[in-house]
Amino acid sequence: MSDHALSAGHGHDDHIHPEPTSFLSKYVFSLDHKIIGIQFLFSGIIMFWIGGLLALAVRWQLAWPWKPIPILSELWADYGYRLPPEYYNKLFTMHATVMIFFVIIPLLTGAFGNFLIPLMIGARDMAFPKLNMYSYWAMWPAIILMTYSFFTPGGAAEAGWTSYPTLSTFSWSTPGSLDGQTLWLMSLLFAGISSLMGSINYITTIIMLRAPGMKMFRLPMTVWAMFITALLQAFALPVLTSALIMQLLDRTIGTNFFAPANWMVANSGNVVGGGQILLFQHLFWFYSHPAVYIMILPGMGMVSDILSTFSRKPLFGYKPMVFSISAIAGLGFIVWGHHMFQSGMNPALGATFMLSTMMIALPSAIKTFNWLGTMWGGRIQFTSPMLNAIGFVAMFVIGGLSGIFMAATPVDMHIHDTYFIVGHIHYVLFGGSTFAIFAGVYYWFPKMFGRMMNERLGKIHFFLSFTFFNGTFFLMHIIGMHGHPRRIADPSVYEFLRGSGVVGMNQFMTINAMLLGLAQLVIVYNFFYSLFFGPKAPANPWHANTLEWCCPSPPPYYNFLKIPTVYRMAYEYSSEGSEPLDYWPQDQPEKSDVVEAHVETH
Amino acid sequence: MKTDRLWTLLFAIGAIFATGCFIYARTDADWWLVPNVSSMGREIDHLFIIILWITGIVFIGTQIVLCYTLWTFADAPGRKAQYVHGQMKLEVIWTIIPASILVFLALYQMGTWSKIKFRSSLPKVQPVAEVTGRQFQWLFRYAGDDRRLHTDDDIITVNDFHFVKNEPTVIHLKSQDVLHAFFLPQFRIKQDAVPGLTIPVWFDSDTSGKFELVCAELCGWGHYKMRGNVTVHETQAEFDTWLKKAKTEQNRDQLALANAANGG
Repeated sequence: MSDHALSAGHGHDDHIHPEPTSFLSKYVFSLDHKIIGIQFLFSGIIMFWIGGLLALAVRWQLAWPWKPIPILSELWADYGYRLPPEYYNKLFTMHATVMIFFVIIPLLTGAFGNFLIPLMIGARDMAFPKLNMYSYWAMWPAIILMTYSFFTPGGAAEAGWTSYPTLSTFSWSTPGSLDGQTLWLMSLLFAGISSLMGSINYITTIIMLRAPGMKMFRLPMTVWAMFITALLQAFALPVLTSALIMQLLDRTIGTNFFAPANWMVANSGNVVGGGQILLFQHLFWFYSHPAVYIMILPGMGMVSDILSTFSRKPLFGYKPMVFSISAIAGLGFIVWGHHMFQSGMNPALGATFMLSTMMIALPSAIKTFNWLGTMWGGRIQFTSPMLNAIGFVAMFVIGGLSGIFMAATPVDMHIHDTYFIVGHIHYVLFGGSTFAIFAGVYYWFPKMFGRMMNERLGKIHFFLSFTFFNGTFFLMHIIGMHGHPRRIADPSVYEFLRGSGVVGMNQFMTINAMLLGLAQLVIVYNFFYSLFFGPKAPANPWHANTLEWCCPSPPPYYNFLKIPTVYRMAYEYSSEGSEPLDYWPQDQPEKSDVVEAHVETH
Repeated sequence: MKTDRLWTLLFAIGAIFATGCFIYARTDADWWLVPNVSSMGREIDHLFIIILWITGIVFIGTQIVLCYTLWTFADAPGRKAQYVHGQMKLEVIWTIIPASILVFLALYQMGTWSKIKFRSSLPKVQPVAEVTGRQFQWLFRYAGDDRRLHTDDDIITVNDFHFVKNEPTVIHLKSQDVLHAFFLPQFRIKQDAVPGLTIPVWFDSDTSGKFELVCAELCGWGHYKMRGNVTVHETQAEFDTWLKKAKTEQNRDQLALANAANGG
């Protein structure tokens, strides 16, 4: 047992820490990466509902401007039950903030990253278990501050999730720029600290704690993606943090990083300035563009593993896949200016950013072709994780291709800040990331909780989600190219948006959005029912090769009784001489052992 | 199960829906690009359509391959998956072809972009107006008889923008308070108005008539109603007549009028 650990020269220790006994140390202030992952999963699910309901209110207003919103309109009895326009701005600001910082990033990196990294590399826990716990508990001040901001005078922030000065920096520029904006900034600082602690932990763990034989080029794609994502976070987050702190200082102690000289808002006196508004945009996008990749790369990794498992076929082009996510991460740092083509930035700079942005489409294209290559010639099993993974590939193609329109600077002049971009981002973040999250939940649920989810309900949920997702978001491209601006509370102000076609599309999208929301009840029911009453899961229900499937479901506190030794990559499906079994787990030296293990666990 | 491959149909229907939307859009004015009236807009629409064709072909191609794969290689009794780790030749092909298309696309945009936004290509004409965004209106400052801005005879209108057909038109764009964006959908022009900066913007129109000005950058609670009227005049004379009328209105002395009405 110990000779493997010694020969590998990694920082393993073979003694097993005793399991915590009290409820608090076991489930609340847990140091166990699996529990922390599940904590991130649960808080992510709660925030997903909040973010989703905010979006439904946005959609209601766009389809039936100023008509009282069911239930919510009671809040505005004083306004004749009409949604106040500043509230509309709060709705989309908070929808984006919640979904990005409290749902997608924590679910992908916090939940799946935490749960999977040690299990997939054959480690007993993260390198820094305490830091890991802090990273989860730093999320709660963030969540509390953000929720509390709705109840402060002036209400929650309403300067958009991009929070551009000077709308965000001066309290008198809009009601949400009172304490709501300050709380928003503080909340994101906490969320950033959480991400930063997580990413340092992931990087260290993946470099230091790999099981003997787990070379970098034997890592499953999920771990590669988490590794690159963590690097992106570690290098980009400090820039966002500095931007948030500068804005906080502008708001609280009267510095002027972003306000220009001789400037006023809402008939206030002139403000002594000397700052530059575009500075904030540069700093913000220097983080927030990589953040787009932080929100998609882990999904790409998970989908790669799921596609390979259910095609019963090795991942097509493993190394090109690794190089292309690395390329996405590298190029991701030099494309931020494409958010600023129309911002007043030097147009010559815009031309360079256009070139780099076009180039970042390349690794995404390579990945798509490799996913198709993985399925080609396979033995495709349409399980619920696989369906969601295929949905990811199909929808990510749309999200990727629609990005090219915006990358082209002259075309961007017309579609910038229209619904075209809203459609694009939702094809990436819902069609991409969210379907990847669904796929991950269905795939790893048995490992997380030791029970199987209901397949039939899983398929119904996918069918409904896929259908209503397209119904909700595809037409956004159409109204966007027609010129429908984003972030406007009432499209009927504009004559060119009053046509029955545009109004009809807006209503069609809203109805689909509501149905999309309702469809999520299916997965919630399936999740909680299976949690208590699902059939017991075997150790390796999908007959997969990665290391997490060689420990019991759910894994014990210490994960592996014996640290496994890794003999090959995770993708040995359907290799020669593998009948009757078509897989060969990474930790099994001989094929004959697989048969034994198979018999044991079933 | 054999019937599992029917899932292919869902993905196929999704792809057909997406393609169908764009095909139908061409036939319905509410769905397509809002009708364009500027010379630069024609170039932008041309670029849009080129990208639409390229991405459309790639989209349909990948979806056909996806659906074919799902249908053909669905699990079935006796089916064995191929044992392949990848193929270098394919990787090279599907790297080089998209790379060349993307580089072509980027280079093909450069000309139009530089013609519209580079300072060096700004038409050498007197700006027709200085445009200032403020919460939540557009102020237009036209030069009076002395042809200079910021003098006593300037004419200022609110949410009412006028210029002349077939003339290259320049404005100086400013913002007084927060970010706004000057968006003329029918002219395919968009430029943020940034506090502290004066940004020259140029465009033209081959059609006279009434159009709309949109604020496209979030600027506060009234952002949605920050709408301007745009009037393109057939001739310079027509524009001058309007400007004269605007000036008369601006200089109308309410007190004098009241006194006159009371028999002075």
